[in-house]
Amino acid sequence: MPTKTFIEAIRDGLREEMARDESVIILGEDVGKKGGVFLATDGLWAEFGDERVIDTPLTESQIIGTSIGASINGLRPVAEIQFADFIFPAFNQLISEAARMRYRSNNGYGLPMTVRAPYGGGVHGALYHSQSVEAFFTHIPGLKVVIPSTPYDAKGLLLSSIRNDDPVLYFEHKKMYRSVRGDVPDGDFTVPLGKAAVTHPGTQVTVIAYGLMAHYALEAADRVAEEGISVEVVDLRTLRPLDKETVLESVRKTGKCLIVYEDNRFGGYGAEVAAIVAEEAFDYLDGPVTRIAGPDVPGVPYNHALEDWFMVDPEKIADGIRRLAAY
Amino acid sequence: MAVTPRSGKVGQASHLGDAVGLSDDELREMYRHVALARAVDERMWILNRAGRIPFVISGQGHEGAQVGIAWALEKGKDWIAPFYRSIATCLTFGMSARDILTAQYATASDPSSGGRQMPGHYGSHEHNLVSVSSPVATQLLHAVGIALAAKIRKTGQVAMTTMGEGSSNQGDVHEGLNFAAIHKLPFVFVVENNGYAISVPLARQVAGSSVADRAAGYGIPGVTVDGADVLACYQASKDAVARARSGEGPTLIEAKVLRLTAHSSDDQQTKYRSEEELTAEKARDPLPLFRAQLIDAGVLTDETEAAIAADIKVVVDDATEYAESQPDPDPATAMKWVYAEDWPGETPPAWGMGPGSVESSH
Repeated sequence: MPTKTFIEAIRDGLREEMARDESVIILGEDVGKKGGVFLATDGLWAEFGDERVIDTPLTESQIIGTSIGASINGLRPVAEIQFADFIFPAFNQLISEAARMRYRSNNGYGLPMTVRAPYGGGVHGALYHSQSVEAFFTHIPGLKVVIPSTPYDAKGLLLSSIRNDDPVLYFEHKKMYRSVRGDVPDGDFTVPLGKAAVTHPGTQVTVIAYGLMAHYALEAADRVAEEGISVEVVDLRTLRPLDKETVLESVRKTGKCLIVYEDNRFGGYGAEVAAIVAEEAFDYLDGPVTRIAGPDVPGVPYNHALEDWFMVDPEKIADGIRRLAAY
Repeated sequence: MAVTPRSGKVGQASHLGDAVGLSDDELREMYRHVALARAVDERMWILNRAGRIPFVISGQGHEGAQVGIAWALEKGKDWIAPFYRSIATCLTFGMSARDILTAQYATASDPSSGGRQMPGHYGSHEHNLVSVSSPVATQLLHAVGIALAAKIRKTGQVAMTTMGEGSSNQGDVHEGLNFAAIHKLPFVFVVENNGYAISVPLARQVAGSSVADRAAGYGIPGVTVDGADVLACYQASKDAVARARSGEGPTLIEAKVLRLTAHSSDDQQTKYRSEEELTAEKARDPLPLFRAQLIDAGVLTDETEAAIAADIKVVVDDATEYAESQPDPDPATAMKWVYAEDWPGETPPAWGMGPGSVESSH
C-alpha cells in the first residue's frame, strides 16, 4: 500500500473527487496557481482550470457565503480558509446561515459544502496562526466538525465530508501536514462521519483525543506502558456528531477517563466530552474525569519557550495518565 | 387624483405597455400583484391589532418596486435572495397569499419554515426564493454564490438579492459586490431605499447619500430609480437582467421607496418621523399612482379595477381562514432537519424533557 504524507492524502482526495464529480469546486485564498500556502491544492488549478479552482480576494465571509449560495444552486464547494485563525470574519455566515439553513427552512434547503482549514500550534505560528477553533463550531447543531489524525482518515473523511449533504468543517493540524505519514490505498474509499476509532487498546485508563493530540496520546501510552499502565486511546476523528458509544464503551471498561485537547482548557470541546462521561458513565468511574488541555491565555505565544509552555505534549499527557492511574 | 402619467401618452393604452414591452394583460397582472401585496400586508396589521398574530414586519411602500423589479426575472429559473419586507417579491415569484399568511401564524404548513422562523422570514425552494434570516445582508453572498454556480454550470440563470439601504452598509455587501464584479457574475443587487434603518435616517447611515454611486467603486453600473414608478423599476431591472444574462456582469439598482408603516409592529415611528413627512410620503404611494397610471392609459377601467379588488378580497379572506385553521407544528418534529438524516442529539437529557424523554442509564 502506498505511503503518503497527511497533506498528500488530502490533495489526493481533493483531486480524485474533483475528477469523479464535476460539481465539486475549490475556492479560497491562493488556492489556484500557488496551490495554497501549504500546497494542499497544488496542481489542481492546472488540472481543473479557473472555473473550478478559484482564487478569492481576502474575504473570508465571501468565501463561506458564496459557498452557501453555490451549494444551493447545484455545486459541492470545498472552501479553504487559509488558517483557521482567519475563519472569524465568516463566523456569521457559518453560524447564522450555514448551520441553520436546513433547520430554518424545514428541510427546504440543504447545503452540501465543506470548509477546510489548517489549525493548531507547535509551528511557531504565534497567536494568529496556531489556534484551535473547533469548540466555536461544535457548539452549534447543523454543522459537522471533522478532525482527522492519519493520512488514511484524512482522505476517507474528506471524501465523506464532500459527499455529505450538510455543511462540514474539516480541520487539519498543520504540524501534521508533512510530519505524519501512513498507508493510504489508491482509489476511492470513505471513512464514515461520526465514528471514532480505538487506536490503542488498553484496560486501565481511557485517553480521548483528536488531531495532533491523538498522536501524542499514542506516544504517551507507549511511555506509561513501560511503567505498567495500560492505556486505551480513542481517536474521535469526528467531533460532531460525537461517537458517544465508542467513548462510553471504553470508559465503562477502563473506569478512568482523560480527555486531551490543544485548545484552551476552559469551555473547550473536551469539557463537553467530560460532561457526557460524568453523566452517563458515573457508575463505572474509579477516578475523576480529567483533562489535559492548553492553558487559558488568549493565544499561543511566539517565543519557543513560551510556545513549549503552551503546547500539550506527550510528557504532559503521560503525567496526566500517571496521576489518574494512581486513583 | 391628479396624476401625470410617466409615459406622457394619456389615453393611449397600448403605448404604455409598448414602451416597456409588456402586454396590457401583463400590466393588469402587475397591478394585481401590487394590490394583493398591499391587501395581504394590511390584513397582517389588522390580525396583529386583533391579537391573532404577535408580530408584523411590513412591505408597505415597497410593493411597486418589488413587483416591477421581480417581473423582469424568469420565474422557476432565476433566483432571488429576498429580505423581510419582500412580501410583493415573494408573491410575484410564485408564493401565494396562503403561503405568506401561514408564515404569520407560524403553522406547521407554513412553507417558509414550518413555523420555525419569525414572520417575515420567507423562503421557498419550489419558487427559487432563498430562506431569509435576521442578520442583514448575509443573503447577498448567497445570491452571488448562486450566480457563481449558474456561470460555472452554464445554466443561463440570473441571481438577484434585495435589501434595505441600512443593510447595504454591511461588510458582506462589499465582499460580495467585489467578487461578483471581478467574475462578471449574472447578479443583480437591488437596494430598496426607504430612507430609514429602523429609526436612523439616510444621512446618518449612508455617507454620500447614494448607494447607487458606490457601484462605481466596483466598476459596475449603479442605477437610481423611483421606487413608486412600477414600470421604471421594471425597465431598470430588465436592463440589469439582460446585462447579467449576456455575461456583462452585475448591476446595482437603488429604488427609492417609502416606508408607509413603522419598522415593525413593535416600533412607534412618530417618535422619530414628523407627521408632515408621513403625510408627504403617502402622496407617493405606489399603489394609487400605478392604478391612476393604468387608468389614464386605458389599461385599467373602474370595472376591471373593481373586479381585481373583489378577487383580492376573496384571496386574502381565504388565506386568513386557511392560516387560522392550520395546526401548530408538533414539538415531536422539532429535532427534525438539523441535518439531512435523523438527529437524536448526542446528549438527550435524562430528565427535564417530559414524557418520552430518554431513560437514565441508572
